[in-house]
Amino acid sequence: MSHLDSVPLWVAIPVALLIVLGSGLTLLGTIGLVRLPSFYDRLHAPTLGTSWGTLGIVLASAILFTWLEKRLVIHELLIGLFVMITTPVTLMLLGRAALHRDRIEGLDAAPPPAGAPDNPDEQLP
Amino acid sequence: MSRLLPYPVLTFGLVLIWLILTRFSLGHLLLGTCVAILASWAMGALQPDRPSLRRATAIPGLVGIVAWDILRSNAAVAWLILSGGRGGARRSGFLRIPLRLRHPAALAVLAIIVTATPGTAWLEYDPETGVLLLHVFDLVDEGDWLDLIQNRYEARLLEIFE
Repeated sequence: MSHLDSVPLWVAIPVALLIVLGSGLTLLGTIGLVRLPSFYDRLHAPTLGTSWGTLGIVLASAILFTWLEKRLVIHELLIGLFVMITTPVTLMLLGRAALHRDRIEGLDAAPPPAGAPDNPDEQLP
Repeated sequence: MSRLLPYPVLTFGLVLIWLILTRFSLGHLLLGTCVAILASWAMGALQPDRPSLRRATAIPGLVGIVAWDILRSNAAVAWLILSGGRGGARRSGFLRIPLRLRHPAALAVLAIIVTATPGTAWLEYDPETGVLLLHVFDLVDEGDWLDLIQNRYEARLLEIFE
């Protein structure tokens, strides 16, 4: 780790702060994933890790390696971009699967499908 | 021009990504350009109607607003998890939002914004009625969320795309 000794303090401090911010948010997201009461609530928790959780770690990496290699290293930012673009696919899949199941089981917590009457019992003859 | 480059923005973006992932050199510029053009042809075969950017100059503003909102809502949701939902006072709920956006590309961007922002989850969109079903983590005032989606994001997306 001798090359890290050459990193000056004004680079090391923001890098350390960004790493702590990113990993802290990701940790909080996982804690939320375990502790939150309902499935729909738990959907929100991991997005901490996929937004600023990822961005903090990725920015720290970009700053540190730009300094160490003395050239612009920004390909990490693409990780953040792709994580951000692909998260909705998984989240919508999980969310809609949960909605579908809750509606079939007739749970009151699940909202009816769009366009359906608010009280389906009234439609029965 | 449009037959050679059906998606100029996509092609340019792919070349840029190629150059970021490799070191810049003439060889990589040429190779990346070839790959990007081939990829944009493949895209053209997949999706005939291409999104038309009406006002691309409004994009940086939207990106800035979204980055700030994501940071703010990260802090809010992190605090709610830490504090146990303000000691149990947090109430989450579903929210229906009628959208004026119809363009698939614009809707995809809105989905990315809504999902990337902790605290809101895009659950279901009905293309016939144009109503979006959201789940909101901390539903204090429904009007605030309606205003956020419709006026802060949707209005700008309408300006950019349609």
